[in-house]
Amino acid sequence: MSSPAAPGLRSFPEDQGGRTHYGASAVASPTDDDAAPSSATRRAGAVLTDAVPVSAGRVSSGGGPGPGIPGDAVGRQGGQPGPHGRPHAGSRRTRALITAAALCAALVLVVLVSSSLGQFSTTPGQVLDSLLRVALGGADPLADRLDATLWTIRFPRTALALLVGACLAVAGTVMQGLFANPLAEPSIIGVSAGASVGAGLVIVAGAATTLPWTLPAAAFTGALLVTALVWSLSRTGGRAVVLALVLTGIAINAVAGAATSFLVFLGDTSSREQIIFWQMGTLSNATWQSAGITAVVFLAGLLGCLAIRGRIDVLALGDRSASAMGIPVERLRLLAILLVCVLTGVAVAFAGVISFVGLIVPHTLRLVVGPSQRHLVPLSALGGAVLLGLADIAARTVIPFADLPVGVFTALVGGPLFLVLLRRTLRGSGVQA
Amino acid sequence: MSGALRLRSVSVRMGARSLVDAVDLTLESGQVTAIIGPNGAGKSTLLSVAAGQLRPSTGTVHLGEREAHRVPSAEAARRRAVMPQDSAVAFAFTVREVVAMGRTPWRKAKADDDTAVTAALDLTGLTGLADREVTTLSGGERQRAALARVIAQATPVTEGSVILLDEPTSAMDVAHAESTLALTRRLAAQGAAVGVVLHDLDAAASYADRLLLLENGRVRAHGPVQEVCRAEVLSAVYGTPVEVLDAGGRLRVGPVRPARTG
Repeated sequence: MSSPAAPGLRSFPEDQGGRTHYGASAVASPTDDDAAPSSATRRAGAVLTDAVPVSAGRVSSGGGPGPGIPGDAVGRQGGQPGPHGRPHAGSRRTRALITAAALCAALVLVVLVSSSLGQFSTTPGQVLDSLLRVALGGADPLADRLDATLWTIRFPRTALALLVGACLAVAGTVMQGLFANPLAEPSIIGVSAGASVGAGLVIVAGAATTLPWTLPAAAFTGALLVTALVWSLSRTGGRAVVLALVLTGIAINAVAGAATSFLVFLGDTSSREQIIFWQMGTLSNATWQSAGITAVVFLAGLLGCLAIRGRIDVLALGDRSASAMGIPVERLRLLAILLVCVLTGVAVAFAGVISFVGLIVPHTLRLVVGPSQRHLVPLSALGGAVLLGLADIAARTVIPFADLPVGVFTALVGGPLFLVLLRRTLRGSGVQA
Repeated sequence: MSGALRLRSVSVRMGARSLVDAVDLTLESGQVTAIIGPNGAGKSTLLSVAAGQLRPSTGTVHLGEREAHRVPSAEAARRRAVMPQDSAVAFAFTVREVVAMGRTPWRKAKADDDTAVTAALDLTGLTGLADREVTTLSGGERQRAALARVIAQATPVTEGSVILLDEPTSAMDVAHAESTLALTRRLAAQGAAVGVVLHDLDAAASYADRLLLLENGRVRAHGPVQEVCRAEVLSAVYGTPVEVLDAGGRLRVGPVRPARTG
């Protein structure tokens, strides 16, 4: 063998037997102090040295330049396409940008369509016109009947739908990363169940109708308290591990569910109706105040999630590996659960229980842009907004003159859709679900 | 002084059971130390203590001059990289993304990180697999990805770097296993203190500078390869005849196997 054989050797797929430089270094370096490597290995080393001139220093290295020295490996096979043309980080970034652009466009469409639908029929053009006239031109939104409808009823509702969807989807994304499991959902840690108990309590007590903000406040408090309970009960030996969290969550969810049922049992007819409708999830009570509060909480929660998303990715390697990389796993998990709880809590407080958004949005986006939270967190905010915006449009139009509870709609459509995605994922590339 | 990582009379107890009992271990810069011993001898437990993942019941761990748990976690991660036994990844990250996670403790210029990641991929022969999803890889390939991540984390290797590997070659074919072991030598040559748990006695004898032989959580033998690799000691610890042959300056260590006739 001589140097003409070199190109063949170089392009030999690295994953088939280590006969490349990786194997070559094994031939040359382990036995530096070895008196007599066989002539065959000498020859092999020589051929490979010829074959891979760029790294000649490495092949003969033992005490010389070696791994991790920048420049050492530069340029080697860098331009060669891998034998397996799969989506990679670069194309994932491109896909993320395309997806972001598509979702932004969809968001604009959803706003226009959602705002133009209703008993008082308008066109998207009129909606756009009103938006520009009032927002930019400073026109009085109450002077005109069309403006008044849009600015007091439809825009707040659309805004709340988008914000609630974004909150739920971002919370779901972080939750899945946090649990290193694509089937995790914020409800696991008791957010929704706790909110239901809180809401049920004030409804049955009669405070919900007399005092304006008690219902969302109680729901939000219930969400926080039950999540705190799940967290503290799942800590063993000063650490909360995923399995303990899930199992504790199941138990606490069952208890909270029973408590809500008990409240339904205790309440009078109108309270029962109110609890049941609240649990179905609805956007019909949207006001600028509720949308505003949700917006503030959403922005704070989103910023928090954006700040920790790189570290959440590392949890996919397991808690031990993550902590070996300097990640304070326990503190990160507590912070992330707090963010998930606040985001989901505010959504549930103003819109009731809306399921599947937090599950299906990150799951779908992961199929497109890969599992990195760097892309998933910002994209799921957009995706969740678009999805719940669409669901709200559907909830208002599927049955004429009836306002279906949007939570019922997301579950009805989201459940089967999720099954389809799940089956495709499982059948596909062996993703460990 | 001396020793990038020092364990002093470390014990780990779980209930009444003693998993590791009064073990001293010093990982010296520039040396490969192999931890060997039968199943359940406490090798992985000891490595977990060295890795800072498990606080010992008694005893101390020093990373450089300071007690390991007093070193801030990010700084500790820059000096000590750990490859666990389990190389599973929960989501379909690409190999390059997984290796890039090794740069988490560094937070430096992006270009620097890219160089380290590319070099680590190259060193483990994964350049061609860089864009594959780890969930589609074989066990051995996934192990190489975990190794590449550890190398990326350990870059730049300096005096005082500590690299801990728990059975890094258990799923690899013989060529990649040899390359991986050769890599530990090269990392040591750059100044790293390498600790590696191995089952293959011959590989341990060939590639390590020092051996730590554990039996039921206790140190049975500790020292240079020539001292620890004695047939009668290994045979007694493993409960099966082990032979040690001198093959021209290096020891060949392995079980005594029956001759095949016919």
